[in-house]
Amino acid sequence: MIELDHITLQVGGFRLSDLSCRIPRGSHTALMGRTGAGKTTLLEAICGLRPLVSGVLRIDGRDVTHEPPGARGLGFVPQDGALFAHLTVRQHLAFALDLRRWPAQRIAERVQELAGWLRLKPLLDRHPHGLSGGESQRVALGRALAFHPAVLCLDEPLSALDDDTRAEICDVLTDIRRRTGVTFLHITHNRHEAARLADRILLLRDGRIESLPVPEA
Amino acid sequence: MTTPDPSAPIPPHRPGSDRAFFAALGILSGTYIVLLTATVSADFFYTTPGHFWRALQSPEIRHAIRLSLLSCTLTTLLSLWVAVPIGYLMTRVRFRGQALLDALLDIPIVLPPLVIGISLLILFQAPPLRALERIFPVTYAVPSVILAQFMVACAFAVRTMRATFEQISPRPEQVALTLGCNRSEAFWRVVLPSARRGILTAATLAWARALGEFGPILIFSGATRMKTEVLPTTVFLELSVGNLEAAVAVSLLMVIAAVAVLLLIRGYGLNSTLNRPL
Repeated sequence: MIELDHITLQVGGFRLSDLSCRIPRGSHTALMGRTGAGKTTLLEAICGLRPLVSGVLRIDGRDVTHEPPGARGLGFVPQDGALFAHLTVRQHLAFALDLRRWPAQRIAERVQELAGWLRLKPLLDRHPHGLSGGESQRVALGRALAFHPAVLCLDEPLSALDDDTRAEICDVLTDIRRRTGVTFLHITHNRHEAARLADRILLLRDGRIESLPVPEA
Repeated sequence: MTTPDPSAPIPPHRPGSDRAFFAALGILSGTYIVLLTATVSADFFYTTPGHFWRALQSPEIRHAIRLSLLSCTLTTLLSLWVAVPIGYLMTRVRFRGQALLDALLDIPIVLPPLVIGISLLILFQAPPLRALERIFPVTYAVPSVILAQFMVACAFAVRTMRATFEQISPRPEQVALTLGCNRSEAFWRVVLPSARRGILTAATLAWARALGEFGPILIFSGATRMKTEVLPTTVFLELSVGNLEAAVAVSLLMVIAAVAVLLLIRGYGLNSTLNRPL
């Protein structure tokens, strides 16, 4: 569960004040709002990439307000995937596990498991250059999921994809949720995408968070 | 006055030819390229293999070649050692007085080289540094050559590294932080490998600048043969005694060395790019 308890954050002249909400464990929550409403800023603050001015942020009951990003147990998938150009797909999937000093055998097993789920086995020794948009997003998802995070934060991961690839990644996200039970917080502009994937919708408007009903898919 | 008939067909628009545009660009670019090629060719046509061979046989010139290669390589390593952290901090951290610091870092680029030499000379007259010189001689010794080269070469390396880090998106680094890296791990594992081509360019520029540095070395290190003589000093000394053949032969040697380093590093950069995209 993610709990925002009266949080305030500021980036230059832009400010979000006194935001509070609860995102239940295991839910898929779509965070929606107009361009410039502060969705990405809020997501970055939850991930620990921006400091809070005030308030408390809890993940699964643990106060992480002052924890560095890497100690929060969150996976982050930005819009463009932000893959590491010098690493292979295999090294991407092993990145977080290598940092946690997992034994080589366990890392290899986890990489194979993720590559199986995400249909990345034929790509394991490729570099990001030349991967398609859908392949890149599957690698970014695998990299973020590898260390069993409690929460997966997605910043418009489908917006740059064509319709077929978008549908494919939607299936992948549904499959990930079924297999892992991870809590999704997912920024999207697309109501169809929200209807298909989310069971809760939060709307960020005029500096306030509102809960909306999920439209029919 | 007649009003246009709205039902009349609109004549199709046909843009003018691009030939004149490209011809003008070609002439302007060509002028500089011809001048550059002619200048280097003039050296080649002036010198003979005999001049070149005699120059290479001279113990003073051989010493100057060795000192140039050694000092330029050390200067390049020192420049990278400083330029990478400065470039990273200036692009990733915001702090008060940053604009002022940015201007300060450019001073060696805009300052006349002779002024850098004089400034270094005066600096080393300060009591603490004079005391240091009693233990570790700098002025008019080999360390002064490296320091004079470093002052200018490092500024170019800093500018290159700053441009490099500005072009690298902070997103992969942020993702690395969420995956469990601290800032240092994210820098070594993600940022630095992405900056590899920029580092190579900075090294090339620093090396080439150091090789051609003359003004500050003349003032801060002197022009003592077999001691602080680097290749530009050799050209100056040979010219001052009227030995134009040796001066041109050494100039050509510097041209060849600079081109070789450029080709070597660019070739390596290109190959590594093809093998492992950056």
